[in-house]
Amino acid sequence: MRKSWWKILGVLLLVYTFIAGLLIEVPRNPQLQETIRNLFFHVCMWFGMMILFIVSFVRAIMYLRTNKPIHDIASRQYAGVGILFGLLGYLTGAIWMSYTWIDSNKSIFNSFDTIAREPKLIGAAIALLVYAAYLVLRDSIQDIDKRARISAVYNIFAFAMLFPSIWIIPRLLDSLHPGGSEGNPALDPGSASANMRLVFYPAIAGWTLIGVWIATLKIRMKIIQEQKLSQ
Amino acid sequence: MDRYIKDQDENYSGTKIVAMKKLIAFSTFIIITLVTRAQDVKMADVMKEDGKIYVVIAVMLTILAGLVLYLVRLDRKISKLEKNK
Repeated sequence: MRKSWWKILGVLLLVYTFIAGLLIEVPRNPQLQETIRNLFFHVCMWFGMMILFIVSFVRAIMYLRTNKPIHDIASRQYAGVGILFGLLGYLTGAIWMSYTWIDSNKSIFNSFDTIAREPKLIGAAIALLVYAAYLVLRDSIQDIDKRARISAVYNIFAFAMLFPSIWIIPRLLDSLHPGGSEGNPALDPGSASANMRLVFYPAIAGWTLIGVWIATLKIRMKIIQEQKLSQ
Repeated sequence: MDRYIKDQDENYSGTKIVAMKKLIAFSTFIIITLVTRAQDVKMADVMKEDGKIYVVIAVMLTILAGLVLYLVRLDRKISKLEKNK
């Protein structure tokens, strides 16, 4: 294993998240009850996704500046792991929502029509689809240099779409989802309890480090593959 | 009506008493075993307290350990491939 201290740090942070995340005192919110602890898991998926997409974006710019194929490979793999985190965020959000947003006067199935109009969900879906298009576009081009250049440029566009669609537009509209027009409850020192922030920030770091670890493994695998092909 | 019910009660009273005795014997047996277990035998009680939240933590840590082990093995294998090239 290579340069392993941050990998160990990531694992330790996650172990801390899993233990402290279930045991600490949390605010007693009548709607969320114990599900408020999902902050350490569901929300961290999205934070991890954003950080991985930022790395992917930076590597895309570095490729365009230097034309070194390593940056192209890295950009692609970070985007891939970012999409994985985004999908996990969506799935965990779907589970969480089914128990906290459901209208108790309607059946579960019938209350999905209001949930489907949530701006935050639509925005996140747009962002993920824009990045899914990045993978499709990339794999549809045969020429290696052209593929690297076009996908790097598209990556920059996709990143430019990311923040408006998951932060700016949902913030302008009313929503059941926290982080709508009322501000950001996870990062606002006034609304998240100090206790929860003790776990929340390490959790973001831990999940992100695991994501980076997976991405570096995939990058190294891709490099070996390319070398085999060129021999 | 009352008499009818009384008659019926008398008819079934024998079997009822036997059934009651059996029930009492069985339930005292269960209570005794439970009480002795709870008092005399020291078990891993931490895992059973507080609504068994520790069991959930154990499950989650097991999954995390499995995933991390998988990543570590993959990392080692890739390092080997990198050395062999």
